[in-house]
Amino acid sequence: MDTTTVAALSGNIATIGYGLAAIGPAIGVGIVVGKTIESVARQPELQGRLTVLMYIGIAFTEALAFIGIATYYIFTA
Amino acid sequence: MLFAGTPFELNRIMLIRILVAAVIMVVFWLGTRNMKIVPGRGQSLIEMGLDFVRVGIAEDLLGKKDGRRFLPILTTFFFMIVAMNLTGSVPLLNVAGTSVIGMPLLLAAIAYVTWIYAGLRKHPGAFLRNALVPRGVPWPLYIIVTPIEILSTFIVRPVTHTLRLLMNMIVGHLLLVLFFLATSFFFFEAPGLFKFFGIGTLAFGFVFTLFELLVAVLQAYVFTILTAVYLQLALADEH
Repeated sequence: MDTTTVAALSGNIATIGYGLAAIGPAIGVGIVVGKTIESVARQPELQGRLTVLMYIGIAFTEALAFIGIATYYIFTA
Repeated sequence: MLFAGTPFELNRIMLIRILVAAVIMVVFWLGTRNMKIVPGRGQSLIEMGLDFVRVGIAEDLLGKKDGRRFLPILTTFFFMIVAMNLTGSVPLLNVAGTSVIGMPLLLAAIAYVTWIYAGLRKHPGAFLRNALVPRGVPWPLYIIVTPIEILSTFIVRPVTHTLRLLMNMIVGHLLLVLFFLATSFFFFEAPGLFKFFGIGTLAFGFVFTLFELLVAVLQAYVFTILTAVYLQLALADEH
């Protein structure tokens, strides 16, 4: 059977890389913040401590997205 | 560029850093020169900032004793990073002092050395063993666990510590550049009705400038609090 090209894509697939790299951290940060809101709704008096924990959690989760941005600078240098 | 062509050549970001360092010194010198028991307006503002780091970060995470011990490094980190980040939103300066890798790398390296030093000082023998060979794991698993721990604790940790601050500042700067470039393009070069898009991009540019102020303070807080968390992990009594 002959192969026929239906559609062709020119350019570099790396351009969607950051979009992919952002999915995981986006979901992660969403879960972290959502759970914190849930906990504050249950235990409003713990808000101070929970906020600190939330920021630490966000910082760890977010790092993956920033590595995603950094790869551009690392691999094109 | 100042002194171009000599070994002392300074670019715009370095000049901004020198300016920021001078501003911090002057602010704290003026603010703490004339301390009173009943603080005036300027003094209470500075006390509020210092108290925030001391109570909110150091004592909260490290406890009273260790909190006091590592307070100087945490306070320095926080105020230095806040000031350097805020220059990203100051008109005429327009770029954060932390948005090239030198500054975040230096700060992360200082934090890295500090928490390893703190850990080795507190548990001379047990620090590396606790970090690399955690208790309560069946021994064949150490073949997997130990390399992962080496990678995550001693390599990924300082790298992400650096990149988190650096990339936040770079991305913020790029976003503002994009918005204001687009505004300029729509107003002066786009044909006909496309000029109206310029109003939207200008508004977004303004909103994101305010957002950058938030990010600047937040990232300084996160960097400092992560330094405190790493110290806390190194100092924790392992059973």
